[in-house]
Amino acid sequence: MSKTIPDFKQSPTIDQVSIEERVARFNTRSIKKEAKLQGLKLALNMIDLTTLEGKDTEGKVRQMCYKAVHPCDGLASLPTVAAVCVYPTHVKTAKDALKGSNVKVASVATAFPSGNSTLEVKLADTKFAVDNGADEIDMVISRGEFLEGNYNFVFDEIAAIKKACGKARLKVILETGELSTLDNVRRASDIAMYAGADFIKTSTGKIQPAATMPVTLVMLQAIKDYYYKTGIMIGMKPAGGISTAKGALQYLVMVSETLGSKWMTNEWFRFGASSLANDIILQLEKEAKGVYYSKDYISID
Amino acid sequence: MSKTEHTLDLMGNWTYAPAPEDSKHIKLNKKYDLFIGGKFVKPGKGKYFDTFSPSTEEKLAEVAEAEEKDVDLAVKAARNAYEKVWKKMPAKERAKYIFRIARMIQERSRELAVIESMDGGKPIRESRDIDVPLAANHFFYYAGWADKLEYAFPGRNPTSLGVAGQIIPWNFPLLMAAWKIAPALATGNTVVLKPAETTPLTALKLAEIIQESGLPDGVVNIITGFGKTGAAIVNHPDVNKVAFTGSTDVGKLIQKSIAGTDKKITLELGGKAANIVFEDAPIDQAVEGIVNGIFFNQGHVCCAGSRLFVQEGIANELIRKLKDRMETLIVGNPLDKNTDVGAINSKEQLDKINHYIKLGVNEGADLFQSSCAIPKKGYFCKPTLFLHASQSHRIVQEEIFGPVLAVQTFRTIEEVIEKANNIPYGLSAGVWTDKGSKIFNMTGKLRAGVVWANTYNKFDPTSPFGGYKESGFGREGGLHGLMPYLKF
Repeated sequence: MSKTIPDFKQSPTIDQVSIEERVARFNTRSIKKEAKLQGLKLALNMIDLTTLEGKDTEGKVRQMCYKAVHPCDGLASLPTVAAVCVYPTHVKTAKDALKGSNVKVASVATAFPSGNSTLEVKLADTKFAVDNGADEIDMVISRGEFLEGNYNFVFDEIAAIKKACGKARLKVILETGELSTLDNVRRASDIAMYAGADFIKTSTGKIQPAATMPVTLVMLQAIKDYYYKTGIMIGMKPAGGISTAKGALQYLVMVSETLGSKWMTNEWFRFGASSLANDIILQLEKEAKGVYYSKDYISID
Repeated sequence: MSKTEHTLDLMGNWTYAPAPEDSKHIKLNKKYDLFIGGKFVKPGKGKYFDTFSPSTEEKLAEVAEAEEKDVDLAVKAARNAYEKVWKKMPAKERAKYIFRIARMIQERSRELAVIESMDGGKPIRESRDIDVPLAANHFFYYAGWADKLEYAFPGRNPTSLGVAGQIIPWNFPLLMAAWKIAPALATGNTVVLKPAETTPLTALKLAEIIQESGLPDGVVNIITGFGKTGAAIVNHPDVNKVAFTGSTDVGKLIQKSIAGTDKKITLELGGKAANIVFEDAPIDQAVEGIVNGIFFNQGHVCCAGSRLFVQEGIANELIRKLKDRMETLIVGNPLDKNTDVGAINSKEQLDKINHYIKLGVNEGADLFQSSCAIPKKGYFCKPTLFLHASQSHRIVQEEIFGPVLAVQTFRTIEEVIEKANNIPYGLSAGVWTDKGSKIFNMTGKLRAGVVWANTYNKFDPTSPFGGYKESGFGREGGLHGLMPYLKF
């Protein structure tokens, strides 16, 4: 299906007060019993287990990869997480450590986290990650150019990276914490989707605030409008700041009631998080055994 | 719209398990008597009627039916309390009682919310988050005014009227009791209040709270009954002030019956509000406002946004989004914390709504209802839209008082103002646009007591509320809400 590129200056406006009210209403949903169990397992299966630190080593990445496939072997019938997310230099290690599993390898690229570099460097960064076996690329947009109003620049850059991705799926990080308004979040979402993003993602995790429910709702509504218009599904990944099982369930309520069941799989929705998995395991242990365990019973990788 | 529809499967594979609010802690008496002179007394003729839960059709309790003699006793108790105690009491002392009632409502908020949902059918989410907290806030707000009336109306020497007869509807039973009682007490009047016959329980619980609060006997009297009881209050010669919230038909009868007397009156009656969405509105948020405007409290709201006007350039997109949003509304057990739309208040009301739905279909408007399942027992109605409605349809002209929205499109600002005002009612309206100047242009021209901009159905004790034309007169809430209970 053909898609006409719209004028991004005409992106729909967003009323922040109403967005916050809608979020508050999602959060009054009471998720109990089977619904809770089902939601928790789904959330675990949607996690991009992430380590993005200067001090990352092969050892750290290997340990995290084991955790990705074996979140908690003491509990029966747990899913794996969706992917691990690492820097390009650790893609090879991760790919090797995850051999034989369904867990994907996602790599940040394009001069993550600031994105302040030339297109050549960004393309090389992307190609390096893809050549090393990355299944998914998490790129950052040029926020400076965006805030200057150079939407074509931002658009072209995303389109160029998408081309360099080949078969790898492209997640476009808007770094909403630097965009300041929900109107900007909406506009950046539209640019990313029309330029070829497979996923849109809130944050790098390096800037506060990272993912919030209002920002995610605005992006989900942008995805909905894009789907209405083109029939193309785009994935969503809130990243950073989601660390509790309860919070993850609230996000799932929001996805379920905004986009529906087609998006309720890790093909179309991810959580970028490092500590969320353990809180979900803690809750699942409680559902299975009736008591809360000390955190010392749950492995930290 | 393009031919290929890419549909969303909303609420498909992840259904929320039932999450009912606990109601075991609720203690209801088998029988409720009349609250007169600080005591619960049996009705003179010993007649009682049943009150039911509209969601289960089960009987909850029996409630006394006040006859003319009982009304007379209540008015006498109120007069006695007015002359001997309340009129003479320093205003700051009056305020303390009102504060105490507010605090006690907060303390018993959970119990009140559950009973409100059981007896009236509204979802616990609303009674817990809106009705009960707002009721407490009204008492808090007017407690603050009690000793500052001289400053509210400087140089005008405001004084109380005497006995206020108050009759309230079934859509916000506790909240309406608060709207009526709080300003009356703050201005130094005493009260005889009659709750609606289908929803008397929270008003009777409020009577218990008032008794426990130590408010002097007879300052507030709460008596239950039907229309006849209400008429006896209105017609009682020793009532100085009548305040009524309810249907326009009854409002007209009341006005006729007090003609020629010196009784003061406020009427808050029906409505058929226009909710107007312009092309430049934030559409997803407007959809949210439309939903809150018409499906809040099953549409049993006099200021409900029951006529939607959409500018033609965005009509298809907005309707599509509205339909999708309606698919996510959960209709069912009012006590379930996830319920969005509860039970219709009574069988009579459900019959009336269904009558209008049939009428709309016969008139040729396009019916859309969300595909949700509704419980077999109890009185329920699916969220309903009528597309392609015209100004001449009766579903556009008459108040349905249910979850039924009539949708019309418009082209220009002049057209929509003309259509919005072309109705006997004038209680409220909504305007959705990104442009501030357009909002102010509209608020000046819409003949409605309340105009919400980029939001809908927002209430606050500090804000006056009331209508034009057949929606009544007089204001409740805010500084303005003091005036109907004062003479100068």
